[in-house]
Amino acid sequence: MEVTITLNGTECTHDVEPRTLLVYYIREAAGLKGTNIGCDTTSCGACTVLLDGRSVKSCTVLAAQAEGRTVTTIEGLAEADGTMHPVQRAFQEHHGLQCGYCTPGMVMAIVSMLAERGDHVLTEADVRLGLEGNLCRCTGYHNIVEAALAAARAPELRL
Amino acid sequence: MIPASFDYVRADSLDQATGLLERHGDGAKVLAGGHSLLPLMKLRLAVPEVLVDIGRIPGLSYVRDGGDHLAVGALTTHDEIARSPLVGSQLPLLAHVAGQIGDPQVRHRGTIGGSLAHGDPASDLPAVVLALRGTLVLRGPGGSREVDSEAFHLGFLETAVAPDEILTEIRLPKMGELGWGFEKLTKRAQDWAIVGAVAARLDGDGSTAIALINVGPVPARALAAEAALEAGSSPAEAAARADDGIEVSGDLNASEAFRRHLTRVLVGRALEKALV
Ligand SMILES: Cc1cc2nc3c(=O)[nH]c(=O)nc-3n(C[C@H](O)[C@H](O)[C@H](O)COP(=O)(O)OP(=O)(O)OC[C@H]3O[C@@H](n4cnc5c(N)ncnc54)[C@H](O)[C@@H]3O)c2cc1C
Ligand code: FES
Ligand code: FES
Repeated sequence: MEVTITLNGTECTHDVEPRTLLVYYIREAAGLKGTNIGCDTTSCGACTVLLDGRSVKSCTVLAAQAEGRTVTTIEGLAEADGTMHPVQRAFQEHHGLQCGYCTPGMVMAIVSMLAERGDHVLTEADVRLGLEGNLCRCTGYHNIVEAALAAARAPELRL
Repeated sequence: MIPASFDYVRADSLDQATGLLERHGDGAKVLAGGHSLLPLMKLRLAVPEVLVDIGRIPGLSYVRDGGDHLAVGALTTHDEIARSPLVGSQLPLLAHVAGQIGDPQVRHRGTIGGSLAHGDPASDLPAVVLALRGTLVLRGPGGSREVDSEAFHLGFLETAVAPDEILTEIRLPKMGELGWGFEKLTKRAQDWAIVGAVAARLDGDGSTAIALINVGPVPARALAAEAALEAGSSPAEAAARADDGIEVSGDLNASEAFRRHLTRVLVGRALEKALV
């Protein structure tokens, strides 16, 4: 079946089987390898992308369910000239990664969390709870949480 | 992990969806948020021939004020319920429980209708619906019918929803300021309950309802503990009877004896919060 998705701002159409999971559509049909597969069982969050602006685990969504919708992956965050998104920059400045495997999913989960916070000022507890669906085997989370809190204070990030 | 092949149909209306279900019988499965069904399909524990995606049917995602109750559309996500000001003020128990399900990504996709229709005793929302004596609205090819929450759960992963029916709405009596308690023991924050308990004061006769999560094959009410409270027992005395007459399962996470213990302890804690 043909599935058309606006992926990182560009409409793309690929002919895939109905059983194709969104993460395979992104990685294999569209060739964007930034989104990782960790557990493949909805547990680790490595495959997190934004579907219409909200974080989802793309290993547990059919590509067909995203038909006509907007999907944003880690590749879609930086500006065309390479300027990093505030969450990406915060990860760099706060050393929010080691091996980097969980990082695309962490960043996308945090972008969603920041978009959803409204007028609420995020606390460390909010950030830790908000990342309950994202596992990291390297960092011990501390610097990831620091990066999220720093990004939350970034003035240009009023989504 | 990739699901076995299937045909996919996106339904545009309830009539089209129930028609497809009627035509394909047992080979068809409804797809809502997919956060219970797709994991089972990836493990090939579910191998439907036809998936009827109801996710785009308009008008199934809402919270409405029905006077003495709130009506929640089946496609309303856990996240929408948790953030709804109406649910927050009239059914704070439901908002709280929905906000504790899985993790944010799961709550963005999972729906209340899917949680109920899946019939998993480990799911949290069925216990809330059971405690509050909710009503479920089912729509089939021949029209709609209402089912009492008491009559909804028939067995493990088995509910009153017929193969050609769709759960469209869940109605729950408003609680306002009435006391409630929710306790859920998990190993990790995002996990399902090993055991959970819901306690809620009910309007009218002032009785207290208690429902259990992941104790036996179906979501169950702790009838012996409810009766003890009714007869004037203290919350602690009632909690000591929380597993009386309940079928309790043992599994990798907890033996039957440990589950019985957890049931009594968590019901005690939930009652303490509900009855302050
Ligand atoms: C990692 C993870 C953690 C989770 N943790 C929890 C937790 O802590 N607590 C909890 O309660 N749940 C948890 N869940 C389950 C989650 O809440 C699911 O979203 C929910 O159980 C099913 O809703 P769904 O919309 O995704 O349904 P689907 O997966 O689409 O469907 C589930 C079943 O119900 C049927 N169905 C769905 N909607 C309807 C309808 N309207 N009418 C008739 N049949 C229908 C389908 O055919 C299928 O058989 C978790 C899931 C995951 C993946
Ligand atoms: S790969 Fe999707 S949650 Fe782990
Ligand atoms: S940085 Fe290695 S898993 Fe998170």
